[in-house]
Amino acid sequence: MPRRRTSPLDLIDVDRLLTEEERAVRDVVRQVIDDRVRPYVAEWYEEAFLPVRELAPVFGGLGLLGMHLTGYGCAGASAVAYGLACMELEAGDSGVRSLVSVQGSLAMYAIWRFGGEEQKQRWLPRMAAGAAIGCFGLTEPDHGSDPASMKTRARRDGADWILDGSKMWITNAPVADVAVIWARLEDGLGGFVVPMDAPGVSVRTIGHKLSLRASPTGEIGLDGVRLPASARLPGAEGLKAALSCLTEARQGIAWGAIGAARECLDTTITYACTRDQFGKPIAQFQLTQAKLADMAVELQKAFLLAVHLGRAGDAGTLRPEQVSVGKLNNVREALAIARECRTIMGANGISGDYPVMRHAANLESVLTYEGTSEIHQLIIGQRLTGLNAFA
Amino acid sequence: MNIVVLVKQVPDSGAERNLRSDDSTVDRGSASNVINEMDEYAIEEALRIREAHGGEVTVLSMGPAGAAESIRKALSMGPDGAVHVVDDALHGSCAVATSKVLAAALRTLSPDLVLCGAESTDGRVQVVPHMLAERLGVAALTGARKLTVDGGTLTVERQTEEGYEVVTAPAPAVVSVWDTINEPRYPSFKGIMAAKKKPLRTLALADLGIPADEVGLAGATSAVVEHSQRPPRSGGQKITDGGDGGVRLVEFLAAEKFV
Repeated sequence: MPRRRTSPLDLIDVDRLLTEEERAVRDVVRQVIDDRVRPYVAEWYEEAFLPVRELAPVFGGLGLLGMHLTGYGCAGASAVAYGLACMELEAGDSGVRSLVSVQGSLAMYAIWRFGGEEQKQRWLPRMAAGAAIGCFGLTEPDHGSDPASMKTRARRDGADWILDGSKMWITNAPVADVAVIWARLEDGLGGFVVPMDAPGVSVRTIGHKLSLRASPTGEIGLDGVRLPASARLPGAEGLKAALSCLTEARQGIAWGAIGAARECLDTTITYACTRDQFGKPIAQFQLTQAKLADMAVELQKAFLLAVHLGRAGDAGTLRPEQVSVGKLNNVREALAIARECRTIMGANGISGDYPVMRHAANLESVLTYEGTSEIHQLIIGQRLTGLNAFA
Repeated sequence: MNIVVLVKQVPDSGAERNLRSDDSTVDRGSASNVINEMDEYAIEEALRIREAHGGEVTVLSMGPAGAAESIRKALSMGPDGAVHVVDDALHGSCAVATSKVLAAALRTLSPDLVLCGAESTDGRVQVVPHMLAERLGVAALTGARKLTVDGGTLTVERQTEEGYEVVTAPAPAVVSVWDTINEPRYPSFKGIMAAKKKPLRTLALADLGIPADEVGLAGATSAVVEHSQRPPRSGGQKITDGGDGGVRLVEFLAAEKFV
């Protein structure tokens, strides 16, 4: 008689590190994903579709959108609670977590942190409720890891601003009501709140993605977009402001990746216990158990790292290079777990009937966006050596 | 309207559940404990009535100290406060004793409306709402799939196997609900954070003037003498169709009273 199986994250009882309130937040998000995402997401992925307009009000009703921000209809939750929510969202699909990350940590955070009162009042309550969708335009076709050399420009015309350029790989762009656009000024970089229906703004949906298919991604064209002086984010000075938004989002990603990996490992353990080869469940072979054990160990470590960084975030002591440690490790390990799970699942590992290949493919994007692994290695390396290896 | 919702913490019906080996009561210690699902519909109904007519919603629960977690979860959906009847002597209480305790607690709250789930997933006795109404001397509107509040008049559509009955009574009354009545909301994060600040009052048996020997295992009107594990599922009966397969299937179904 086999002993009862233990879920990978229960192995070292990580729940003990969480407050009752944090567990309650996690449980609600898990329930919503069970109800609204898990039954449908394989189909969405196949069809390269995400029902953003249906999900956003549900997420908004919970308080998921901009949940770690305060005021303006935001929930004011802790960094750890936000992280746990990201974990459950990404256990559903990285695209669903991306929707929430971009809305809350990039678009809303930029307006909340750097916006004027009028901008906040105009956008944040609707974005928190999920009635308005935001996106974040930093990356350009020719400027990814090196945003400082972006080509999008903002020039003065009287009191107005005129924006010209293009932004690439922008999550939520095809469905967004508003974009936070970063542009080169005469002196450095600045941020602008751009309604997507402003004349001169165009969006092309990026097709043929083999990863993050359940997430709308677009290229934004800016052709002489005239904006009033009030469109500029008054507090956003230079590249540092844009990067601080990324630091926010990276925290959620470090948590989210754990969710994707957990889903893969849960699926794979169940599969391995019921799939018979050579007359017994493949989970009973030592090679399989070694793989499962190593993956479970990495999952615990990723969780402990995320909790540690989350608590630092709540204490206000979290530094950007620490966030890089979390993003680098957790996404890299999650991807390794997803790939290893695929090997145990055999041919079924590549089937859309199981979530493993979908998560593995998604995590290839997650590895790259919000700072590639290499960029995070450089951030950590610079902190270790005091030497800048970026250029 | 002053509404009290009865909430019971039960072992998760989706997980493995057991009885204790020492006294044959439900093993709550090793189980994953949750709010009785039907009670969530009662909470939702109470919140909707409060939203439409104003008033206050109080959660009332009887259970061990660990039930406080489910009470907080209930509060995170939106009720204003909670009363937790907790006393070691309550362990093993039968439905009759439970109704005695809850009725005493309800008298201290003097509600206009008592809402509860039509049954709990652990006991599944379905009699507590009726017993409460009897003890309180108010109407029992049970098994509701719809509830309408019009001033001091309550009208329910009472779900039956054939359809529904329309039953009306003046408030105060006890209304038990099925999961057809509404779609419970998810607790919001603001609700979760607000829940820990909401008043949660505990009452012991002494506060209610109930002697300990009238409740719990000592005062139970029925006793579980012994229990055993359900036998493992057997192979079942295979019918090979040799021309009479249909007849034999019907005979089987009729013998088992399925048709």
